[in-house]
Amino acid sequence: MEYSKLFYVLAAILFILGLKKLSHPKTARGGNTMASIGMFIAIVTTLLASNNLDFTLIIAGIVIGGLIGGVFATKIEMTQMPQMVAIFNGFGGAASALVAGADFIRNIDKLQTGVFINGLSPTFYLVVVILSIFVGTLTFTGSFIAFGKLQGFISGQPIVFPGQQIFNAIFAFSMVTITAYLVMGGNDLVNFFYAIVFLSALMGVTLTIPIGGADMPVVISLLNSYSGVAAAATGFVLMNNGLIISGALVGASGLILTNIMCKGMNRSLTNVIFGAVGLKQEPSGDDEAKQITVKSYSTEEAAMIFDAADKVIIVPGYGLAVAQAQHAVREVAEFLESKGKKVLYAIHPVAGRMPGHMNVLLAEANIPYEQLKDLDEINPEFEDCDVALVLGANDVVNPAARHDKSSPIYGMPILDVDKSRTVIINKRTMNTGFAGIQNELFGFDNSIMVFGDAKDMLQQLLKDLKEL
Amino acid sequence: MDINILTVFILAIFVGIEIISKVPPTLHTPLMSGSNAISGIAIVGAIIATRLDGGMGTWLGLIAVIFATVNVIGGFMVTDRMLKMFKRK
Repeated sequence: MEYSKLFYVLAAILFILGLKKLSHPKTARGGNTMASIGMFIAIVTTLLASNNLDFTLIIAGIVIGGLIGGVFATKIEMTQMPQMVAIFNGFGGAASALVAGADFIRNIDKLQTGVFINGLSPTFYLVVVILSIFVGTLTFTGSFIAFGKLQGFISGQPIVFPGQQIFNAIFAFSMVTITAYLVMGGNDLVNFFYAIVFLSALMGVTLTIPIGGADMPVVISLLNSYSGVAAAATGFVLMNNGLIISGALVGASGLILTNIMCKGMNRSLTNVIFGAVGLKQEPSGDDEAKQITVKSYSTEEAAMIFDAADKVIIVPGYGLAVAQAQHAVREVAEFLESKGKKVLYAIHPVAGRMPGHMNVLLAEANIPYEQLKDLDEINPEFEDCDVALVLGANDVVNPAARHDKSSPIYGMPILDVDKSRTVIINKRTMNTGFAGIQNELFGFDNSIMVFGDAKDMLQQLLKDLKEL
Repeated sequence: MDINILTVFILAIFVGIEIISKVPPTLHTPLMSGSNAISGIAIVGAIIATRLDGGMGTWLGLIAVIFATVNVIGGFMVTDRMLKMFKRK
């Protein structure tokens, strides 16, 4: 039995080394394989070291889960990755909560006699069980709301109602009260157990519905972190180091990504969770006075500008992925490179629907990862850039973020495309971005608009470039 | 005993922060799906929970095994699928 603990440590080491290899695209795939071997070791160890297991049930469960997971993993479109990660976060949270719940139900009788459970004092045991059920269940329901918003089943607009925060406060207070009551030796454990499950499920919903679709990258990252915390809490329940270490790693990872996403939008986490930003604002009189005039060019005219350029930076936004134009953009980029021009891609942290999403979408179109530059790397490059080509991005290139204190995106780090000699912006219409504000960049002297669907426009541009 | 395990937890968080802050933004999506798979480690607890005693715990354990396996298999597979696409020039 004690030997099994060594194997859990080995699994944890493989997870850590696997994550470490994710620090470079060259080694990342091997890292993922390493982590999966760690998981295999952990599972086999558990199967061999535990007594009295129902192997039929376990195999049935693994086959069903494996099939569902396998189908998801092979069929999912890369644009739908955020939805998949959202659901998986939810499953991870639910699994942790269920395990803690199962262990708790088995130990209810013992709890009332005050003996140690799994080597833990009854107080500590109760606290970690409740923590695991709370975080796991909240992750489960919250993830499904996030999934619904991303998939469009639920409105991407924040759903708010009067007194929302008061309800959340009452729910949270009830949780704390129940926990305190049980820890101090309260009776009727089973009913309170159900009350905790119910309250946690409800809080997952009420904490997620007021968050707008544009903030989903933050929410998914946060739920990712929660799923790790839930696993770690379950590790405490079972006194299993494997779960504790893995849970802590995932929790830390989700937290770092949450932080990066918040910085990318210049928002605090509290503001994302409680701010309900993204509600459609009524345009004020001021905005209409600032109506901007834009220059609209054809692809032919744009092609001539590209022909004269030496350095081109492409700025992809989510609109590019919606138009399925990743391959078209690669073809244009490859043609420009064949003419001896330097081509780079500028990726804003919130360019996609989840951290790093845009990079995956471009990698899928065979764009080499060396050409993908993040915000800090690319911004100095705009100074001597001849053409910045903005495709389906809007708020992340809005210079108002630098100077207009009244702008909702003020302070957000942006890509300095306006410092290029020429900025060519492709959009379908003059509609505003997520933040619902007009972009002054479009009216700048060095800005040129080329209207149309990104894919059609790029294909036409390529044709025009070849004809020059 | 309680304090030992808390120590392990806290040290693991530090290790996590240390290695994960070195993951470049390009790989943040695979990082998320991969860490998702790792949080499927709950499968270990789920397997133990299916212990034969015919009670409700066994059935909760079975559902947990299914959910956790979706996470583990789906997570590692989709991460591999993504990482395969990252190519050099």
